[in-house]
Amino acid sequence: MEEMELVYKRPESLTPAHTHYCPGCTHGIIHRLIAEVLDELGVRERTIGIAPVGCSVLAYYYFNVDMAEAAHGRAPAMATGLKRVSPDKVVFTYQGDGDLAAIGTAEIIQAASRGELFTTIFVNNAVYGMTGGQMAPTTLPGQRTTSSPAGREVETAGWPIKVAELIAVLPGTAYVTRQAVLDIPTIRRAKKAIKLAFQTQLAGLGFSMVEIISTCPTNWHMDPKEALEWAKEHMLAYYPLGDTKVSDGVRALM
Amino acid sequence: MAKELIEGNVAIAEAAIRAGLEAFYGYPITPQTEILEHLSWRMPQEGRVFLQAESEIASINMVYGAACAGVRVMTSSSSPGISLMQEGFSYIACSEVPAVVINVMRGGPGLGNVQPSQGDYFQAVKMAGHGDFHMIALAPASVQEAIDLVVLAFDLADRYRTIAMVVADGAIGQMMEPAELPPMRPVRRPEERPTWALTGAKGRKPNIITSLYLSAETLERVNLALQAKLRRIAAQETRWKEYRTEDAELLLVAFGTVGRICQTVVREARALGMRVGLLRPITLWPFPSTRLAALASRGRGILVVEMNAGQMVEDVRLAVEGCCPVQSYGRMGGVIPLPDEILPELKNM
Repeated sequence: MEEMELVYKRPESLTPAHTHYCPGCTHGIIHRLIAEVLDELGVRERTIGIAPVGCSVLAYYYFNVDMAEAAHGRAPAMATGLKRVSPDKVVFTYQGDGDLAAIGTAEIIQAASRGELFTTIFVNNAVYGMTGGQMAPTTLPGQRTTSSPAGREVETAGWPIKVAELIAVLPGTAYVTRQAVLDIPTIRRAKKAIKLAFQTQLAGLGFSMVEIISTCPTNWHMDPKEALEWAKEHMLAYYPLGDTKVSDGVRALM
Repeated sequence: MAKELIEGNVAIAEAAIRAGLEAFYGYPITPQTEILEHLSWRMPQEGRVFLQAESEIASINMVYGAACAGVRVMTSSSSPGISLMQEGFSYIACSEVPAVVINVMRGGPGLGNVQPSQGDYFQAVKMAGHGDFHMIALAPASVQEAIDLVVLAFDLADRYRTIAMVVADGAIGQMMEPAELPPMRPVRRPEERPTWALTGAKGRKPNIITSLYLSAETLERVNLALQAKLRRIAAQETRWKEYRTEDAELLLVAFGTVGRICQTVVREARALGMRVGLLRPITLWPFPSTRLAALASRGRGILVVEMNAGQMVEDVRLAVEGCCPVQSYGRMGGVIPLPDEILPELKNM
């Protein structure tokens, strides 16, 4: 048998654990992108992650780095406390839309505003996944969920929050962007953005956040392919992709 | 070090620095704000971390984060702010990371007022947050004791990997007394951080700090271990002070500021020929139940005096198991009970 070159393997920053995520869920892709970036930057051994409450609550089993599990929405406060006493470490929070944009709104806005030197990966799939698909702060107008069975009525439930735009206006932020993991080109761009976010932290330029448009086939009641198409058509129309904040320091890194 | 005239809140803050406090996260609220203010300039002066958080919820979660990193960390607040921190207390207790919390109690419930109170006794010893756990609760009766208990709180929190709360009332926080500060201890060097701490998985497996255990059997095992630790703390760390209990047939039980007032009551009662003594719990949890039961067995009654509607009295009754009558006298809303009103209560027993 001729010798073959190994061209693709599990990043060192991921553990061999099987994830608990549903078939077609995009958390796995996002985990891998973060792990590849940590490997490429050579920072795995000095990285500390903060997992949220939500579908990715068990992320600490999947990342091969030191990790803590936060209370619902409080990851940015925990990351702040931890990073301030560990300035030489690379710190990230991994949060979903209910965690970051509902119960943890104060914590994320204040941490971003202070320009905390950690990176937030914000996964937006428009529903509360773990509790079974209730309306999230990012659920689209008219979108049916188990707690908006007639579709989100903005007159009573309000409008979905555009987090990347909201965070970008805060002077303490250095790099804020919205990306997606819906096909090969968006996945490649998302990885580039995640890398730039961690580089922003390493350069001490300010707060960095990557919002990632994701899917939830299970709670959207679609097959994985259908969910990707639905996200492209509906999510991206309300949540346009692209950078919302690039400070001069970050631009120099690009 | 010589004694100096120092305000309770400032003394608490400075004692924490001397104990090796590496990071403070807090939010202003009367009557403890001087702790935050003092640390806002003293911590940077010592090259340590001070951050004013956006809320008490953020404060306690910042404390949680820094505790995970293995440093000595503290927050301080007063009653309504402590209520907001309870979620964090529960996570910290289950995760078994050390943290120190100061509660300079004010009148409640609700927004209440900013007068001294002991209305948070139940909260400190029985309902610190959801789930089965206790915090170590230390109650000072003077500025000097507040200093000593802050230092002790850090040592106990580290030794048992738990939360230690110093439960002071507003009177302790606001009054000035001569007191002696302890010598300065250095902060832990980065390489001295505990092996369980989150310091980066360099040359070792990753450390995980969590309070999530999805299987019933696993979570029960975690709880059993936690309960075993609490029993160890109760066996080794119960603290109290006694005054004239050697021949007492009537016993006063009071903590904090009221404990001090009751010392005057004992003197006045003794002058009238009454054989009265005082037991002042220093650890509210663990509670000095065994000693109390022993004293009760040879007395003819106990009067529990508090600045609340009668909270600690429940623990006293549990401790003495009906072997003598237990009466309660409490003032609320920030009213401090005075010897002149306590003495008649004693006489009626």
